[in-house]
Amino acid sequence: MYRILKRKELNPTVTLMDIEAPFVARKAKAGQFIILRVDEEGERIPLTVAGCDANTGAVTIIFQIVGATTQKLNEKKEGEFIQDFVGPLGRPTHVEGLRKVAVVGGGVGCAIALPVARRLHELGCEVTSIVGFRNKDLVILEEEFREYSDRFFMMTDDGSYGEHGNVCVPLNRLLEAGERFDEVITIGPLIMMKFVALATKPYGVKTIASMNPVMIDGTGMCGGCRLTVGGETKFACVDGPEFDAHLIDFDEAMKRSRTYSEFEKEAREKHCNLFRQEVK
Amino acid sequence: MPKFNMNPKKNPMPSQDPLVRNKNFDEVATGYTAETAIDEAKRCLNCKNQPCVAGCPVNIHIPEFIACVAEGRFEDAYQVIARSSSLPAVCGRVCPQETQCEGRCTRGIKGEPVAIGRLERFVADYHNANCAQKPVRPESNGHKVAIVGSGPAGLTCAGDLAKLGYDVTVFEALHLAGGVLVYGIPEFRLPKAIVRKEVENLQALGVKIETNMVIGRVLSVEELKEEYGFEAIFIGSGAGLPKFMGIPGENAKGVYSANEYLTRTNLMKAYKEGSATPIMHAKNVAVVGGGNVAMDAARCAKRMGAENVYIVYRRSEAELPARREEVEHAKEEQIIFRLLTNPVEILADEQDNVVGMKCIEMELGEPDASGRRRPVEKPGSEFTMDVDCVIMSLGTSPNPLLKATTPGLETQRRGEIVADETGKTSLEGVYAGGDAVTGAATVILAMGAGKTAAKAIDEYIRNRS
Repeated sequence: MYRILKRKELNPTVTLMDIEAPFVARKAKAGQFIILRVDEEGERIPLTVAGCDANTGAVTIIFQIVGATTQKLNEKKEGEFIQDFVGPLGRPTHVEGLRKVAVVGGGVGCAIALPVARRLHELGCEVTSIVGFRNKDLVILEEEFREYSDRFFMMTDDGSYGEHGNVCVPLNRLLEAGERFDEVITIGPLIMMKFVALATKPYGVKTIASMNPVMIDGTGMCGGCRLTVGGETKFACVDGPEFDAHLIDFDEAMKRSRTYSEFEKEAREKHCNLFRQEVK
Repeated sequence: MPKFNMNPKKNPMPSQDPLVRNKNFDEVATGYTAETAIDEAKRCLNCKNQPCVAGCPVNIHIPEFIACVAEGRFEDAYQVIARSSSLPAVCGRVCPQETQCEGRCTRGIKGEPVAIGRLERFVADYHNANCAQKPVRPESNGHKVAIVGSGPAGLTCAGDLAKLGYDVTVFEALHLAGGVLVYGIPEFRLPKAIVRKEVENLQALGVKIETNMVIGRVLSVEELKEEYGFEAIFIGSGAGLPKFMGIPGENAKGVYSANEYLTRTNLMKAYKEGSATPIMHAKNVAVVGGGNVAMDAARCAKRMGAENVYIVYRRSEAELPARREEVEHAKEEQIIFRLLTNPVEILADEQDNVVGMKCIEMELGEPDASGRRRPVEKPGSEFTMDVDCVIMSLGTSPNPLLKATTPGLETQRRGEIVADETGKTSLEGVYAGGDAVTGAATVILAMGAGKTAAKAIDEYIRNRS
């Protein structure tokens, strides 16, 4: 059992939790992920690590409420426990030797992009952060991003905050103006990462995307997390979760990510109804 | 002395009716009664040269335990088995006895061999049901050993070392101990309560089990040695990444590896109403491959409600690598065998859901390097199977994790850990066994490797101190 040390709602659909997992906290690096189960009957879900503190043994996770499991997790309070928490899994982000990087985050993906930006900043790299959200209410971690960025762009789809438009708008502008990044690192919805990859490709800028596919064991056993990268089958859990965005078959990944969308919708609604009955 | 039983045939195993059991996840074989067990035990000649013992990878004293059964001394029989095997209730169910102990039984020369596996299972189940007393925890010898992986190799190694007084800690990556016994082999062939019981027996011997620990990530092999003071380490991390065919359509929605399909069904209990883990409830399922895992996947799919489940295998029935008994069980449960058939493409609709599988007929040509006749395509024989789910059961390649994170650990070209006949690897004090060394094999071979390594580890530590 793993204790919830801290719980904070970042916006109505995104929650931050610090989980007490000292072994994981000692080892986890930016870009790696964990798998958790909320309770004895729960499913295993992967979440990318948003931060950790080796001294307190806390591992920070930030999650969006999308299905029954994340909803159940969200209902847990500080001081309560979750059943299982395993990690760190996957390979850490490669940050060494980079001097100028654009970090492009979208939605809850920004929670994972932040530790990458922070690590790069700590290593003395020039960091340009571009973050995008649907609207003002969903904005998270703005201050933290500003702290670790040399340049910062805030985008909203509806223009209710920052600049109107998606993350590709400032990215294109910078690339067109002749900015030369060593690397672009993008984390967010698949569709966003696909367009970031399309934007950087003509300029030949190395672009890395962090993938979060369907997964069960997370240790290289089930093969559920497979992706096509450069025409080859790769496994996000052991070969990733980060891959060369110019080689990822995003269309296939998007289709695969919807494999259980009907089931999830049903499970979520069932859970909602149960919850409503309890509080009536 | 009990009277000898001359019957040339084994006592049949009582089983659920095939057309009932292919709709539930209860155990297929229901087990011998005490009377049947005694009757069967009396078929043993107790012959002098004991070929069965040599055929057992963990060398159980088979005639000795069977003699106890014949006299109705079931707990004594258990104690005989327990001297050699840490997991008798498991082995009695999943060992390929026909190629091991029973394959060498003298009674098998004229007629059927003694049903050693069924008797082992009976004895273990008797013990688990009737003996509340916990195994006696041996006195500690003060030496620490770490085991990586809680599958059959790791559990066996742990049990043997614990019995010698070692302080043993097993590290398991998943949330539950048992490895393939819990994620792979289905409930109807090996009830999970039995695995739990065997694990509890080991814990009673003093074995510590740490779940949710992925060695290679959370702790390295070197840290286990240097920082945590484990004097020896046994790696039984099992087989790894599933293989795929590399044909078009393989990443469509509705294509699973057998590992994923079985893990969802067994470990995550997707077969139970209300499970939080989703699984496809397909109508027509093709399982590609002919091994034991393929049979397990096919029989699970049938139980999950599929109308038609096909085994698609590129060679003929004679070459099926699965145990005869598993093939027979699958056939009884109305699994349809499409032999000499090979998939060439998986067809999907616009949403990328599987809607069919294009196959080609095969015929057997000249023998290949493995001595089996090589299947060759029959030109122009393509046809389409009407399926909405495909399960690839083509074997696995070793998990790359420990290789990548353990400097100096030698592996084969394909990734299997290099170990000598005692399990010793290229690193001092580090031993390995099971699928991590051999590639995908059987539970009992992994147990044999765990047992051999335990002996080698004991010698290694004694010589050091």
